[in-house]
Amino acid sequence: MLFEAIAPWRELWVYLSATPLFSLTITLAVYLVWEWVHRRSGLHPLLNPVAWSIATLGALLLGSGLPYPAYFAGAQFIHFLLGPATVALAIPLFHQRRRVAAHAKAVAAALLAGSVTAAGSAVLIGAALGLDATMLRTLAPKSVTSPIAMAVSEQMGGIPALAAVFVILTGILGALLGPLLFAVMRVRSSAAKGLALGVVTHGIGTARAMQIDPVAGAFAALGMGLNGVVTAVVLPWLG
Amino acid sequence: MLWGLTALLALQLAGEVVVRFFHWPVPGPVMGLVFALALFLPLGRVPKPVEEAGGTLLRHLSLLFVPAGVGVVAHWERLQQSWLVLGVVLLVSTLLGLAVSAWVFERLGGGEDAF
Repeated sequence: MLFEAIAPWRELWVYLSATPLFSLTITLAVYLVWEWVHRRSGLHPLLNPVAWSIATLGALLLGSGLPYPAYFAGAQFIHFLLGPATVALAIPLFHQRRRVAAHAKAVAAALLAGSVTAAGSAVLIGAALGLDATMLRTLAPKSVTSPIAMAVSEQMGGIPALAAVFVILTGILGALLGPLLFAVMRVRSSAAKGLALGVVTHGIGTARAMQIDPVAGAFAALGMGLNGVVTAVVLPWLG
Repeated sequence: MLWGLTALLALQLAGEVVVRFFHWPVPGPVMGLVFALALFLPLGRVPKPVEEAGGTLLRHLSLLFVPAGVGVVAHWERLQQSWLVLGVVLLVSTLLGLAVSAWVFERLGGGEDAF
């Protein structure tokens, strides 16, 4: 579009879009801009930098015609760090170990309640609104981190690639609206906010919880890890 | 920093190996998290390089989800077909799940900050 107006620019675009450098740089730049906007807004929950970065980059890809695999070839260097970052969630969990142990019963109950409600209501509402069985099986594991959700949906007869999309969208919705919901509900405890975000909205919710405070972050990491295991073990049985 | 990053990657690697070997339905990095805890607990502290490297990664955790998130565009056409129904399902179920989970947690005394 814009780049195709002049021939030499087009050539440059063809070259640039094929190098990892371009998508890596643009991902970081777009994120930094939204993070700046978020901070300038006084951390307004609706200006969540993940949601807006994804929307901006998605629009850029759709507008420029750059295929996602070409984009991901560069952006994967950022994506790769999710692995060690997940391991690093052990750090806040360790620092909050006494608090976590003291609330073991509440954690277990909230885990089961949140997990069942999120998956169950998605399936029931989806069925009521006329979604087919394949789509429902794809939606059911949307609360857990994408590698688990993809494996579970595949086992149940859903569509793994689409399951990953629902996981991401669930995470964005939770990160955007979770804090507003908690304010309306007058949830005060950071632990409750964090655990709910981790259980229902996996890593993206956990990233949001880390911004609340370390207690919320630790409980989110716990909720995310536990619901991943519960969902992986239980859902394929029910399917 | 480099020591810490290497330690985190080594823990992830150990997690991947164990999960694959035993066919456990858990992602490797989550198993790596369990291994990291199993290391920190008897040690009684988080080694400083790990704390540094891990802290840096966690401060920017949001950023790390962006590349996978942009993958939504790859399924754009399919999503457009039933976007309204899917939007309602995802929105309502996510809010319900969050509300119930946080409510149950506070109800069972998890909200009282004992420390």
